[in-house]
Amino acid sequence: MEKTPEFVALRRALRRFVFPMTFAFLAWYLLYVLMSAYARDFMATKVIGNINVALIFGLLQFVTTFLIAFWYSRYASTRLDPLADRMRDALERDER
Amino acid sequence: MSSRSLTLLLFLVFVAITLMITVWASRQTKTATDYYAGGRSFSGFQNGLAISGDYMSAASFLGIAGLIALFGYDGFLYSIGFLVAWLVALLLVAELMRNSGRYTMADVLSYRMRQRPVRTAAAVSTITVSIFYLLAQMVGAGALVALLLGIKSGSTFLGLDASQAKIATIVLVGALMIIYVTVGGMKGTTYVQIVKAGMLVTGAALMTVLVLTKFHFNLSELLGAAADKSGKGAAFLEPGLRYGKEVPGDATATLYNKLDLISLGLALVLGTAGLPHILIRFYTVPSARAARKSVVWAIAFIGTFYLMTLALGFGAAALVGSKAIIAQDKTGNTAAPQLAQTLGQDFGGDTGGAVLLAVIASVAFATILAVVAGLTLASSSSLAHDFYANVVKRGNATERQEVVVARVAALIIGAVAIVLSIFATKLNVAFLVALAFAIAASANLPAILLSLFWRRFNTTGAVAGIYGGLISTVVLVVFSPVVSGKVVPGIGGEPATSGSLFGLGTDFHWFALENPGLVSIPFGFLCAVIGTLLSKERDDEKYAELEVRALTGAGAH
Repeated sequence: MEKTPEFVALRRALRRFVFPMTFAFLAWYLLYVLMSAYARDFMATKVIGNINVALIFGLLQFVTTFLIAFWYSRYASTRLDPLADRMRDALERDER
Repeated sequence: MSSRSLTLLLFLVFVAITLMITVWASRQTKTATDYYAGGRSFSGFQNGLAISGDYMSAASFLGIAGLIALFGYDGFLYSIGFLVAWLVALLLVAELMRNSGRYTMADVLSYRMRQRPVRTAAAVSTITVSIFYLLAQMVGAGALVALLLGIKSGSTFLGLDASQAKIATIVLVGALMIIYVTVGGMKGTTYVQIVKAGMLVTGAALMTVLVLTKFHFNLSELLGAAADKSGKGAAFLEPGLRYGKEVPGDATATLYNKLDLISLGLALVLGTAGLPHILIRFYTVPSARAARKSVVWAIAFIGTFYLMTLALGFGAAALVGSKAIIAQDKTGNTAAPQLAQTLGQDFGGDTGGAVLLAVIASVAFATILAVVAGLTLASSSSLAHDFYANVVKRGNATERQEVVVARVAALIIGAVAIVLSIFATKLNVAFLVALAFAIAASANLPAILLSLFWRRFNTTGAVAGIYGGLISTVVLVVFSPVVSGKVVPGIGGEPATSGSLFGLGTDFHWFALENPGLVSIPFGFLCAVIGTLLSKERDDEKYAELEVRALTGAGAH
């Protein structure tokens, strides 16, 4: 089963999304932590009224988290679930 | 009616409702799957709420609001780490774990390995993480009650003085959590989480709206008022007041402070996906798809909640003021309840103040109670399913025996937690939570990720990774400034005080950071990899089977 083209495609589709995405959000988060530690003057820059770069950067972490969660669930339900369903059905039919 | 009696009344109502749910749930609990995993019958939405309930502890509600109220922006760092962490769970862990495991974290780790060593290691680390987290919640509950009921030193309540009231609270919270878990199992505990999450989000939303109304829904105005009242000016809205402090003229101290901030950031973002009480929640839904949905819902609830803590924290800074908060509790844990009282007074006079304080105080109790129940369930499940059924009985225990042992285990763990908490009332709550996250990230996460994604991974690697991460974290903390050797200089001629567990004069620390994650997390991964390569064990066929099951759900429980 694990060598069938369908399964290889499913595994590739999953890994192609989750590995780069994990790398991206961890890098983006670490950039935020590092800037909080080492780029204090830049983070303190005021943008609108009392709202500074640090606050906006922090809020952007929320925005990207929400977006990635939404994006992944769209990707999974259109690209991963149909493949997984087909294979599970086939496997369970074989067992019967 | 005073705020105190109203708090008690509301709390009793919550307890009565949750106990009724628990009894109802116990009638629906017949099989081991019912007890451990709530019959896998919860929807993604329900489980999303329950995950939020398990995750949003008193530390995040009272602790983060308090940190923001006292240190401004730096409290926000915690919220961000705690939220972003959920992407690790969503992308890498939740679905694969749901498909390949059954009741506990160790089910996944031991899938293709020798059962006994791996399950023993996983049970040890599950119980350690859960006990530290339990202590944090119960010690927090004790302190909170003494404060919220306004028992100052010298005065009494129901004939109890402050320290007796703390102990009474710990015993009461412990007894209730034992009842929830032993009687209601996962089903009852899940409903307790759902009720609590609803209460917490509603309570926080109510206060957020009130705070924003005071500032004409203008964020900049709120921030300005908070910064002014804090006496620290614009620095209050910038990173650096609490974490990664710059020490003028001392480059080494500054470097260590900044590394400590990075270390904390790492533990926060990598710890969540290794917390056993969160991981077992993925088993309560029928499919991987529902597990995914529950994490997406959890991200929505938790994210919204943390955004509201910004308003609560800065609101408390602006409306209550740090002086009044510190006068009540140095750590800031009572900032949110104090804000509730102030807001209530502004909108409804003294009655309004008493009512809102009582509501928020009972939400805080409910929060603590629900989280400790989740933790007790996770650790007792691991003790019964991993240690008793698979190590002691070598997989030959019947379902019935397993569930009986799980209930007894919950009783024992609950009792141990009560006793330890009574002795630990002097420990800092935030430190205990950070320690639990650091162990979860260093010991559990490497083993979970490598067993899901690395074909070569084997028994030696899993065991080395878990014990390596666990031991390095604990050792580094014991020899850190948290335990000994941190001197807090006195302000304005006052004598210096100890910032550590031990008093002044005791100093055996050699590790400079308060948060071990920066060292212990890579060390945990390293142990797992080296351990794997040192052993010849390798089972490609079994890994293929695990992979097919994890990805397709074929053969999943």
